[in-house]
Amino acid sequence: MSKTEFPPSIKSRPVYGELEVRPGKHHLMIADAEGAEAILGLAASAPADLWAKTHIIYIPKKTGETFTGDLQALNPAQMYVGPSYEAAKQRIEDTFAKSHMGLQVYLTGTEGLMGQAMAAAIAAGIPHTAIQTEHRGSTARRMQCVHCKGITEDVTTDPFVCSHCGLNLFVRDHYSRRLAAFQGVCIDAEDPGNVPPQVEVFK
Amino acid sequence: MSAGTAKLNVTVAEVKQINELVTRFKFVRTGGGDLPTFSGGAHTVVEMQDGDTTRLNPYSLMSDPADRGAYMVSVRRDDEGRGGSLFMHNSVKEGMEMVISNPVNLFSLDLRAKKHLMLAGGIGITPFIAQMHQLSHTNGLFDLHYSVRTASLGSYADELQAQYPNRVHIYHDDQDERINLEELLDTQPLGTHIYVCGPKGMIDWVHKTAEELGWPREAVHSEEFLAPASGQPFEVKLAQSNKVIQVGEHQSLLEALEANDVDAPYLCRGGACGQCETTVIECDGKLVHYDHWLTDEQREAGKLIMPCVSRFEGKTLVLDR
Repeated sequence: MSKTEFPPSIKSRPVYGELEVRPGKHHLMIADAEGAEAILGLAASAPADLWAKTHIIYIPKKTGETFTGDLQALNPAQMYVGPSYEAAKQRIEDTFAKSHMGLQVYLTGTEGLMGQAMAAAIAAGIPHTAIQTEHRGSTARRMQCVHCKGITEDVTTDPFVCSHCGLNLFVRDHYSRRLAAFQGVCIDAEDPGNVPPQVEVFK
Repeated sequence: MSAGTAKLNVTVAEVKQINELVTRFKFVRTGGGDLPTFSGGAHTVVEMQDGDTTRLNPYSLMSDPADRGAYMVSVRRDDEGRGGSLFMHNSVKEGMEMVISNPVNLFSLDLRAKKHLMLAGGIGITPFIAQMHQLSHTNGLFDLHYSVRTASLGSYADELQAQYPNRVHIYHDDQDERINLEELLDTQPLGTHIYVCGPKGMIDWVHKTAEELGWPREAVHSEEFLAPASGQPFEVKLAQSNKVIQVGEHQSLLEALEANDVDAPYLCRGGACGQCETTVIECDGKLVHYDHWLTDEQREAGKLIMPCVSRFEGKTLVLDR
């Protein structure tokens, strides 16, 4: 899948760019699924010494082995492949804690991955405007239920059922940078049971 | 008038010579009472009645922001300048009443930073003294690297080293000591912000080096006050006020507006803040931009000028003022 076009929305909704190689002493690339293609796309314009200064953290999700070989072939200084963001979280936070200024951060893949890694980078003191992002792959959303505060990952339909409290939630474009999640609001609060049919809006 | 800043009536409580070029002035509120709070990096615009000329020069506040009893500024004498610093050195005495602006901060600390790395050159040390006071109240992490010409001209260098041992590093030009910038920047933990105040060459060097090493633009802060440049006298038509005014050789356009009772906005008077931005209605000639505010595209378009430092050469200039 190529660069994603999102419909125009409210200001709260994150927008994403296109990764480009920027000067830096070290480079940290965090990607999931088809995000690997954005990293591989950098290879064309990358200076010869880029990969020797690069740490790749990759979560293949449904793409399995499709891209891991190609990423390995870039010969990065360090590469980690793991099953989920949760599994990689400790490594990501630890990498930021030990990093120095001059680190360039590249995030690519799904919104949930980019949002969570972005929150970790901001917490480490990187200005959010200095962090590059590129959306690739699924548009499924990481949602917070505003009622029970539970997070449901990879939501593809609107409305959807909260995986924690079971309420029927309407998917909003209202986004929390702190939680790295869109907000889900009960759609049948005033007329319980009157729930519009589920539509698969995010692939 | 200064945008949003009321004036303060103050009395000079102390004039202290620090070294052969720098003198420190302490202001207290005339009639007693507290002064407004400020944050480290703020400046005040000091009004000077020098004969028929009113001079308005910005000086960084260097006292402890927690101390509302007095403000302190340090002024470096510039014998070649337009006369503001000479007036401060020669004519301002203890007990004199003066008018200063409320503090304005265009060089504040970004308190999201994990660490503050301060780079000072010469008299550029003054805003950092206030910032270090501020940070020490909150246990903020900082390092100061301070470049001076000689030990005797290193204003406050000894005091600062005694007050903040291990955090203050002094470099003497005459002993060929230089900040090893690349190595210094390479070793900074993630979340560090740089602050630089000093000569233009130093500021440009820090911005350029940091950019090459991959530092985010938002993590590099600088402040440089420009004195308005002198130049050929010129004439300006003012569309709103319906006046034609003359700008003298050593006068800024902003000063000429004020001398002709045109109430023009300003804040820093040094080409940094953008407050005095003025629309150019007609220009038959060349705008000479000296500010740090307008972008290259805006300069090219020729529709805006910053009257606090910039000038005009040519036939006709009409401003929307």
